[in-house]
Amino acid sequence: MAQDFTLACPLPITQRKTVVMGHGSGGRLTAQLIHDVFLPAFDNEYLRRLDDQAVFDIAGARIAFTTDSFVVTPIFFPGGDIGKLAVHGTVNDLAMSGARPLYLSSAFIMEEGLPLEELGRVTASMAEAATAAGVTIATGDTKVVNRGSADKLFITTSGVGLVPAGVNISASNARPGDAILLSGTIGDHGMAVMSVRENLEFEGAIVSDTAPLNRLVEAMLAAGEIHALRDPTRGGLATSLCEMAEASGVGVEIEAASIPVSDPVRAACEILGLDPLFVANEGKLVAFVAPESADAVLEAMRRTPEGSGAALIGHAVAAHERLVLLKTEIGGTRILDLPFSEQLPRIC
Amino acid sequence: MKYLDEYRDQALARKVLDDIARTVTRPWTIMEVCGGQTHSIVKYGLDELLPPRVELVHGPGCPVCVTPLETIDRAHAIARRPGTIFCSFGDMLRVPGSHADLFQLRAEGADVRVVYSPLDCLKIARANPEKLVVFFAIGFETTAPANAMAVWVARAQGIRNFSLLVSHVLVPPAICGVLESRDNRVQAFLGPGHVCAVVGWGEYEPIAARYRIPIVITGFEPLDLLEGIRMAVRQLESGRAEVENQYARAVTREGNVEARRRIAEVFEVTDRAWRGIGVIPASGWRLRDEFRAYDAESLFDVGEIRTAEPAVCIAGKVLSGLAKPHDCPAFGTACTPQTPLGATMVSAEGACAAYYNYGRHARTIGERK
Repeated sequence: MAQDFTLACPLPITQRKTVVMGHGSGGRLTAQLIHDVFLPAFDNEYLRRLDDQAVFDIAGARIAFTTDSFVVTPIFFPGGDIGKLAVHGTVNDLAMSGARPLYLSSAFIMEEGLPLEELGRVTASMAEAATAAGVTIATGDTKVVNRGSADKLFITTSGVGLVPAGVNISASNARPGDAILLSGTIGDHGMAVMSVRENLEFEGAIVSDTAPLNRLVEAMLAAGEIHALRDPTRGGLATSLCEMAEASGVGVEIEAASIPVSDPVRAACEILGLDPLFVANEGKLVAFVAPESADAVLEAMRRTPEGSGAALIGHAVAAHERLVLLKTEIGGTRILDLPFSEQLPRIC
Repeated sequence: MKYLDEYRDQALARKVLDDIARTVTRPWTIMEVCGGQTHSIVKYGLDELLPPRVELVHGPGCPVCVTPLETIDRAHAIARRPGTIFCSFGDMLRVPGSHADLFQLRAEGADVRVVYSPLDCLKIARANPEKLVVFFAIGFETTAPANAMAVWVARAQGIRNFSLLVSHVLVPPAICGVLESRDNRVQAFLGPGHVCAVVGWGEYEPIAARYRIPIVITGFEPLDLLEGIRMAVRQLESGRAEVENQYARAVTREGNVEARRRIAEVFEVTDRAWRGIGVIPASGWRLRDEFRAYDAESLFDVGEIRTAEPAVCIAGKVLSGLAKPHDCPAFGTACTPQTPLGATMVSAEGACAAYYNYGRHARTIGERK
């Protein structure tokens, strides 16, 4: 049998005509949507920065402003619920500019049939989260849609905060030489939600890390010079690093061995063939810090509850700009790139 | 983490690498058969740590990559039918058929679900008695036991609204296909660890003897792969051509006897088309006649769907070890994970996607933007 190998391969779909789930993944498809649809429609100097919040001056004050929608399923999961996420998500997006978060709005889209008891648990949880973070939910809105038109409950929160004088933090402000600090273990939130959503029975072992990060950021600002901050939510740490390298025009080098991942999260990721570097977090931040401040900032982080597991994971470099390189556990290197869309569990 | 960290130890890896470098006296070309092995090699940067005279080429063992377009079109035809719940492993959702992928069908209203085991489909079938639940049973010998079990349990429990769309393929005929190719340059194989955990390594002995080729059954962690390469290099340097088992903690000569028995009860050998390679005789499994009631292909009458594979990319050459992903003029430019021209770029296990994502080569980096 002389087997010939032909050069056959099918042509794929290159452009989507409809929205698919991958457009919400935080990866390349999301970026494509922002660049092709939203930026052209609303183009302005604030949006163009592609930060998680806009910062502008009003009557002499520097205001940070942001909004975020929450559609998590299930609405209660180990370590949190949709309400807590909605408060923490917007508080954290404000905090990533160095702002002190002050006031939040909250809009509720409820599916007909949602038990009021569940809604009550969500609002109680939100109130508790707002108090703990030191913000006020000052305004809101409610809408009800037909059964099947939403998945129980969607929440949108917006928020405003004040940026202290002298603070200038943006994903585009990282510089070569900066130390890269991570506030703790990665992948906890994504794997906690996946374990209940997919009935994977890791429940209990893995708990969402959802937490407000504004106090941690305050402590960091008091300790040293912070250039760039991001909370690695959808798309995980790797996506945030790629976005920051791109926005700042710097290279990034990180060490796999220095990135904290809890054993249950590692185990769950191994089983499913997922990479924790790309799994969502809701209570972690990654910071590019001036090298001379790095030790002091790391110390300050470790003294806070949200940053007790903080670690130095790498540096920004002038070489290979816009490229994120990971030194692997066994001494090789690989490129971390924006994921195409959501990670898919592999066949084998 | 126990059973993982010791296989990712940098100091141990250095020792094995040094030993390989001391052993090698001339250039050798070794093919790792499995997509999972390719994935680990590029994920950990193993190929750049090896001495330059040891070249790794990537084999046909990516189930997503070798599933023919025609089979994918049939899957889509079934998934589009009202009243069907179409279940699949995750990475099959992104593989394009002639007109769409499963993500697109889902966006258009098809009920497409990702499962982690075909046995989950039985739960779905029980919960939705008015629907027909179909599982896309692709893959090598590794995924066959669970698929066989799902059919067997369905029959035992009288579940009638469950079926398999079967496109199982087998490793040994593919290895022989590579060796029979006129342009073959493979001198040794890292054999498929998980496949052999199921079927054992006995059937590789006649291949090693007939083609005078070393085959080392190898695992998937970095140190497994380095150890497998060391064993293969030692055989090559000493002129031996045997089957050796690096993955002894998972693989025995007989494999999993109970799993093999179940597979034999449910499946029989058949000719199978491979994407980019063509029909290889006796290279797959199909359901036996007595399980025809669980065969989606006959239940849904999609056998008439015929799709030709347009000649566009060099995936076939990549899958048979004749070319590296970056040998393709489209690699990283016209063909990226976002706009894949071939299956090897679509699946995370595909050699092209692995090269692209983990960017092993300077030219990849240069062409990235």
